Amino acid sequence: MTNQETGATSPTLDALPGGAKRANTLRLLRREPLVIASVSFLVLLILFAVAAEVVAPYDPNAQDLLMRNKPPWTPGVESGAAPHILGTDPLGRDLLSRIIYGARVSILVAALTVLLSGVFGIVVGVLAGYFGGRFDDIVMRFVDLQMSLPFLLIALLILFVLGPGFWNVILVLAVVKWMIYARVSRSLVLTQKNATHVDAARVVGATNLQIMTRHILPSMASPLIVLATLECATIIIGEAALSFLGFGIQPPTPSWGSMLGEGRSYVATAWWIVAIPGLMIFLTALSLNLTANWARVVTDPKGRMELVTRRRRARGRPPLPNESNKTQGQVTLDDRNGDRGES
Amino acid sequence: MWRYLLRRILHSLGVIFAAVAIVFAVGRLVGDPVRIVLGIEASEERVAEVRSQLNLDSPIPEQFGSYIWNAAQGNLGVSFWQDVPALSLVLERLPATFLLAGVAVLFAVPLGLVLGLIAASRPGSLIDRAVSVISLSAVSIVEFWIALVLILVVAVQLGILPTSGFRSWEYVILPALALAYKPMGRTAQMTRSSILEELSKPYVRALVARGIPQKRIIGVHALKNAALPIITVTGDDIAQLLTGAIVIEVVFGWPGIGSLMMQAFERRDLPLVEASVLVIVIVIVVMNLLIDLAYIALNPKIRL
Repeated sequence: MTNQETGATSPTLDALPGGAKRANTLRLLRREPLVIASVSFLVLLILFAVAAEVVAPYDPNAQDLLMRNKPPWTPGVESGAAPHILGTDPLGRDLLSRIIYGARVSILVAALTVLLSGVFGIVVGVLAGYFGGRFDDIVMRFVDLQMSLPFLLIALLILFVLGPGFWNVILVLAVVKWMIYARVSRSLVLTQKNATHVDAARVVGATNLQIMTRHILPSMASPLIVLATLECATIIIGEAALSFLGFGIQPPTPSWGSMLGEGRSYVATAWWIVAIPGLMIFLTALSLNLTANWARVVTDPKGRMELVTRRRRARGRPPLPNESNKTQGQVTLDDRNGDRGES
Repeated sequence: MWRYLLRRILHSLGVIFAAVAIVFAVGRLVGDPVRIVLGIEASEERVAEVRSQLNLDSPIPEQFGSYIWNAAQGNLGVSFWQDVPALSLVLERLPATFLLAGVAVLFAVPLGLVLGLIAASRPGSLIDRAVSVISLSAVSIVEFWIALVLILVVAVQLGILPTSGFRSWEYVILPALALAYKPMGRTAQMTRSSILEELSKPYVRALVARGIPQKRIIGVHALKNAALPIITVTGDDIAQLLTGAIVIEVVFGWPGIGSLMMQAFERRDLPLVEASVLVIVIVIVVMNLLIDLAYIALNPKIRL
């Protein structure tokens, strides 16, 4: 393990010289066109998913066997009907509508899984980190074991028993993903639990529960939010893989993964059926990753300093003083990738 | 060093035990295995006979014990579907999966290293940003979509390489490329960041002062010290290649363990499912142990 177990307190934004504090997050965002694009894409996607009934030109499951495998920009059959902007699938269903409804599935699966596994993992991780001892040993042994098992394989096995379906996918993904939150939140607690403000609270007579919920958890929020965003991307990819293999969301419910699975045999004749859902998965995951990376830099005092300095330099102003402050006790998200370190 | 090694070996055994336990539990929960073998119409006597044959009427802990005992001896039951020992079916497929994963590693690791080194030698440049985009897209992409796009572009549009099955060496190229993209991106990213970290250290300044050319500093001195984190991430990815291979094998009809396992799932062939899952887990565990050994060999902190 690296420095997170030294119990050093993590510096907050207040520890920075004035300039960095004043540079508010939105102003920093202005110089990041990729991040702006990502956030806008995600917001649009959520809006489309919420308003699917209104935005989608067709019923996602309405088949029209005369309109099978039509390429993008095929006009609708009836006069006045909307064109099939993204073409149609092998059953003559409108691809755009299926993509929009599929977004709803992907977002719901990601959000619910992250909520479920996140809450459970964070509770376990905080308790383990705070109390330590036997419970910590057992939990962490378990976490290590599960980290070493290939998650897709375990998910497939559990779905083999439970049978496919929307809720089962969420349950399974939550079961195979909770320990990432447990591991990260445990290391965050370890850096916090001997911090001065926690000691102060203890001296004043705060109970363990109060210390955990009011004094430790709030300061863990930003790394955990970054982690959750990154995890949304892996969940969306995982759901797509499970659905592609036929173990996830079942037809006729449109899901990007199962759309890829259904379109697989038509690669040679109708490229759009395969290209577009995959592109959507890719763009969504990419946007989530870009956003999370940026959020990680901005919420980390050291990274924020770098951004501010870069901005000042771009304006021809000298960098802020004491630029090289090495942050201690900062937990990197790479902690979730196993513990193979010098120990 | 021995303590470390012992701990890793114990951990590996724990992982295998956990996998056996999960597989065993799946076997008990998935429905009456006897009914799956014999079908619904079989007579009660026949069912009872097979049940005692398969040792299914003894208490669960006893069943688990004998299951582990049999598994340790390489007896994982007979495939319902093909009526041969499941383990031999799986092991027959192992070389094909190894070949696929091996070629993918041959694509991914050298390319990733070179990309990472180039990016690290000119941080902020156009090529550095291109490498960043490649590695970010690698974590955001699904392998089977790359596979389908490769089929679409290379095989269908250009008509160059074959897409399905395994008859000669050309067949391995497309699936290996699809599989290699993710680990290549991660290796490039890890190489870049750990080389950059090394470059900020004092010994590099000393090398510069002695007039050692930058190429040599990056390619020899920094790379040597950056090797540990790179090996961790790359090793992790190589282990993960096997799960990625499951999907890729299905897409390309590659005769490896992954496609066999998916067929076993479809036919609800329980022994075959169990055998393929266990073999995949064991292979991953062994690879992780090998990475640990490489770690010991390279990291003097552990060796002491």
